[in-house]
Amino acid sequence: MVELSDYLVLGAILFGLGVAGIFLNRKNAIVLIMSIELILLAVNFNFIAFSHYLDDIAGQVFVFFILTVAAAESAIGLAILVVLFRNRETINVGDLDSMKG
Amino acid sequence: MNFQMPDFSLALPELWVATMACVILVVDLFARGRESAPAFYLTQLTLLVGIWLAIDAQWGRDAVTFSGSYVADNLAVVLKVAMMGLGLLAFAYSRDYLRQRDLLKGEFYVLGLLGILGMMVMASAHSMLTMYLGLELLSLCQYALVAFNRDSRMGSEAAMKYFVLGALSSGLLLYGLSMVYGVTGSLDLGVIREAAAGVGAQNIMLAFGLTFVVVGVAFKFGAVPFHMWIPDVYQGAPTAVTLYIGTAPKVAAVALFMRLIGEGLAGLQEHWELMLVILAVGSLAVGNIFALVQTNMKRLLAYSTISHVGFLLLGFIAGTPEGYTAALFYAVSYSLMAAGAFGMVILLSRRGFEAEEVEDMKGLNDRHSGFAFIMLILMFSMTGVPGTVGFYAKWLVLKAVIDVDMVWLAVVAVIFAVIGAFYYLRVLKMVYFDRVEGGEALQAPAGLRVVLAGNGLAVLILGIFPDSLIAACAAAFGS
Amino acid sequence: METVYLAIPLAPLIGAIVVGLFGKTLGRSVSHWVAIAAVAVSTVLSFIVLREMLWGGGQPYNDTVYTWMVLGDLRFEVGFLIDRLTALMMVTVTSVSLMVHIYTIGYMHDDSGYQRFFSYINLFTFAMLMLVMANNFLQLFFGWEAVGLVSYLLIGFWYQKESAVFANLKAFLVNRVGDFGFLLGIAAVLMYFGSLDYQSVFQSAQASPDMTMSIWGDAEWSVITVACILLFIGAMGKSAQAPLHVWLPDSMEGPTPISALIHAATMVTAGIFMVARMSPLFELSETALSVVLVIGAFTAFFMGLIGLVQNDIKRVIAYSTLSQLGYMFVGLGASAYAAGIFHLMTHAFFKALLFLGSGAIIVALHHEQDMRRMGNLRKYLPITHITMLIGTLALIGTPFFSGYYSKDIIIEAVGHAHRAGATFAYWMVLLGVFVTALYSFRLYFMVFWGEERIDPHAKEHMSHLPRYVMPVMEWPLILLAIPSLVIAWFTAGPVLFGGYFGDAIFVAPANDTLAELAGHWHGPVAFGLHFWASPAFYLALAGFLTAWFLYIKQPGLLPAIQSRGRLLYEVLVRKYGFDWLWINLFGGVGRGLGRLLWRVGDVTLIDGLIVNGSARTVGRVAGVLRHLQSGYLFHYAFAMIIGLLVLLTIFIGQWRGWFA
Repeated sequence: MVELSDYLVLGAILFGLGVAGIFLNRKNAIVLIMSIELILLAVNFNFIAFSHYLDDIAGQVFVFFILTVAAAESAIGLAILVVLFRNRETINVGDLDSMKG
Repeated sequence: MNFQMPDFSLALPELWVATMACVILVVDLFARGRESAPAFYLTQLTLLVGIWLAIDAQWGRDAVTFSGSYVADNLAVVLKVAMMGLGLLAFAYSRDYLRQRDLLKGEFYVLGLLGILGMMVMASAHSMLTMYLGLELLSLCQYALVAFNRDSRMGSEAAMKYFVLGALSSGLLLYGLSMVYGVTGSLDLGVIREAAAGVGAQNIMLAFGLTFVVVGVAFKFGAVPFHMWIPDVYQGAPTAVTLYIGTAPKVAAVALFMRLIGEGLAGLQEHWELMLVILAVGSLAVGNIFALVQTNMKRLLAYSTISHVGFLLLGFIAGTPEGYTAALFYAVSYSLMAAGAFGMVILLSRRGFEAEEVEDMKGLNDRHSGFAFIMLILMFSMTGVPGTVGFYAKWLVLKAVIDVDMVWLAVVAVIFAVIGAFYYLRVLKMVYFDRVEGGEALQAPAGLRVVLAGNGLAVLILGIFPDSLIAACAAAFGS
Repeated sequence: METVYLAIPLAPLIGAIVVGLFGKTLGRSVSHWVAIAAVAVSTVLSFIVLREMLWGGGQPYNDTVYTWMVLGDLRFEVGFLIDRLTALMMVTVTSVSLMVHIYTIGYMHDDSGYQRFFSYINLFTFAMLMLVMANNFLQLFFGWEAVGLVSYLLIGFWYQKESAVFANLKAFLVNRVGDFGFLLGIAAVLMYFGSLDYQSVFQSAQASPDMTMSIWGDAEWSVITVACILLFIGAMGKSAQAPLHVWLPDSMEGPTPISALIHAATMVTAGIFMVARMSPLFELSETALSVVLVIGAFTAFFMGLIGLVQNDIKRVIAYSTLSQLGYMFVGLGASAYAAGIFHLMTHAFFKALLFLGSGAIIVALHHEQDMRRMGNLRKYLPITHITMLIGTLALIGTPFFSGYYSKDIIIEAVGHAHRAGATFAYWMVLLGVFVTALYSFRLYFMVFWGEERIDPHAKEHMSHLPRYVMPVMEWPLILLAIPSLVIAWFTAGPVLFGGYFGDAIFVAPANDTLAELAGHWHGPVAFGLHFWASPAFYLALAGFLTAWFLYIKQPGLLPAIQSRGRLLYEVLVRKYGFDWLWINLFGGVGRGLGRLLWRVGDVTLIDGLIVNGSARTVGRVAGVLRHLQSGYLFHYAFAMIIGLLVLLTIFIGQWRGWFA
């Protein structure tokens, strides 16, 4: 029998990976978008696990919405990435420092 | 589960704005002149009618519909009217700015309008799902707007930063929501309120969830240390977009806080109170101190925003209806001032020249004493000089925290406000006392002048007669 | 009636806005007509209100016109309290203001700030009316500050003149001292009586007159005494009572119409009006009334003395104003409020007349103000001469002139008062009569008689004035000379003894000195004929004769007297050192303290944190800290995560009771 806590720990690990990916990665901006997806997936895991153990369908409905929004979010993220590349000819995160202070 | 037909008439404002956003999208496709005039006027009309609808359909009500995910009450109305009003102002400002830079496209209005729709949904959210959808609708539109000038290096960099950090923050918020859902077993904020009060903060999972939610909200406000996107985004975005981002979404953040934490997690007040104290003091300190050394006007205003957020949070910390009233009043009046200040930047710019440096304010009094006076009112109001609307905002907030015996917090806030006075006065010094060689007369379109003058007048009048706005904000919290 | 009440202050406000904003477009003559019309409307309406009060059976009106803000139990409102006291003040303010408006056409005829000036005096009239008509402390304070503001604007009207700027600053700073007391007084009232509305404050004060507070240690202070004295400190600033009087003589740097309107007839009397309005409070505190009495008496006599050694024509009249304001306070302090207000009214007319007359001389002589370069002017300015003679006679209290009635009553009232300091006050005001007569006739003789010492250039200027200038200044003089002469004839009886004020002024029966005097009152003629019984008359006569002897009969005697009384003369020329005291002691202490702090900060923290003041330190800190905002996305994200961890730690700490 898989316990609720097992799912939650898996979710937490995925979440931590995603967050770490955002602030550890200094090269490719696409990795950032992947990390964001990972965070959202971790959240989805949580919701589905809770939904199952609470026997309440609402959590799973929420997951569908999150999936949809995540897709839209990636689309916009990629669009920004394209614009960024066109203007700067790099998608290196370490180069994005023209505004600071 | 029985299906109940939702009361669509209750959600008329949102339905109207959503429909009109689609209509404008289509209209703009076919009637695309060089200036997208139909889109502009339709947008303004939409917002005007929307304000009327919001008041007409929802004022004085207290009804929940759409299976408990949508609520219509006074708070929603006040928030929506403020959002749409500020949106109206932002669009009015942006027209000339965009025209001069060949950015005047219908998409601007559609994105802006959809963003406002997102905010309105947030204002009426009665379930975590609705809240999340409203929030994402707003955020996605904002990401796109920041990158609106596709050929701007800074714009795309700002958009990238905003996008990644914004997505991270909504991930954090969602993670928190999932915890809250797990403990309370419902998405409905009314149910959550009961359940959370019952469970209490002894439940470690609820405690974790609350913390993540607070972080998500703090990011929307731009409270320290979740503020770092603000200066870069404000600076990088086209000024018209900065004006949009810097005003109405602050009111939306109030909605986010009130619905999720102020109402939904009211039972945990003693816990989020402490977190907010840290955020508020940090914001006051960082905002005011960093602003001192800024040379870019938009960055300066960004840090000033952060410091004002610190003040605004004080109202939430009080946790009383008076405190919430004060915070809402602060958000609305600050947004009005910020709109004027960014409007001033727009006014001084022209094609090929962005008046973004603080230095560009020099000699404004010689160029046009009327606008110099408006700048004086705006800066005084931001400083909190008695007799201006900014004073009442600060005063109400301070009164609210003093009433709950947190005098030390009020003292800290006042000290930082005094430090903050330096950079506002520095701007005024440049406006009034610095001479500039060959300062030419102001060249700005008449429409922009009228809007800015009206904005300045509104700030002035609110400073003299603040009570109607205070009363409206108080009515939002049922007192 | 409410519309009328609203229209009275609003008309000059509208005038001020129109002239202020569109003055350049409207041109000079349209501007002054707009301004004058606005004040004329107020004047006419004020007279209507007064008539309604007197004969129309008008009841006092006390109502809120506009609620500005409600914060909890506290209401900030704009409201009017129109009773007989208010009506009298309104008439005085508007009619003097109207005269000054007309006069200004001539006085400012060659000034480039013509429209600006009209806008200011319109604004002033509005503010003064708001002050007078207020029914609550907040509005009183608003009017109080607004008249002050306009006064500063006008003292510094010729801002190119350095002395004008200094005078302006001085007026501002000294008034801050007074306002500080005033504000504290209002705060005390609000704290202990829980309201800002006059009527409810008066009622709760009457209900509990023995409330006490402890300010310092265990000593108990009467709340009402403390509040009244604090309010009176405000009045001392505005009404220029020693030692806060130093700004008024300097304020003469402003244009003369202002000296007449603001610094003689209206604004400076705001303090007197305020004390009279607060009579239900002051009556409850013997101590406060004694303070009023003594300060007023001191000012009345000693400030008059300084007037003896001044040579600037406006400054002589300014010191005379100080002295007369002292008289009014003495009247108030003796619980003869009606007498104080009555003197306020008569003084408004004859002092405005004197100022405007001196202004006419100044304009005629091309801005010459030194009396040593005048003399024998009655030949050139006959109308000014006659009217100023009337003003002077009224000022010194010649029988049958208005000043005689008002001043004599004050002196007799003090004579009948029994409170601490009354004897001192009685002698001061009595001797003050001699001084008044002396400096008044000194001025009169020096200016209008004796040998001609006029600068030839100024004389030449006199014949080249535009034709309308002198008449437009002389008509107001004539119009002011009439009330200076006759106004007391039909007002003295009702105002002083006839219970004119009704409930507007409250006097405790035990303190009612005027009631004691009422037995001696048999109408103005009888009172006038009774002059031989009053010591004041002989003193005034003596003053007149001394002046005549020293300045006409034996002018050679003067230097000898001056050198004999060297010490006294020096003391008077130095104005008892009040200016010195303020500038060196208080100003110096402030500067010294600042320097000390600066030195300590500098020495103890050399090259340390605070090198160039805290502002720069903060700036420097910020300069370092700003590198935290590195511009790198991953740093931003990292900061967020750190923030999240901090919040989590705190939360867990709270949960586990780490901070308990």
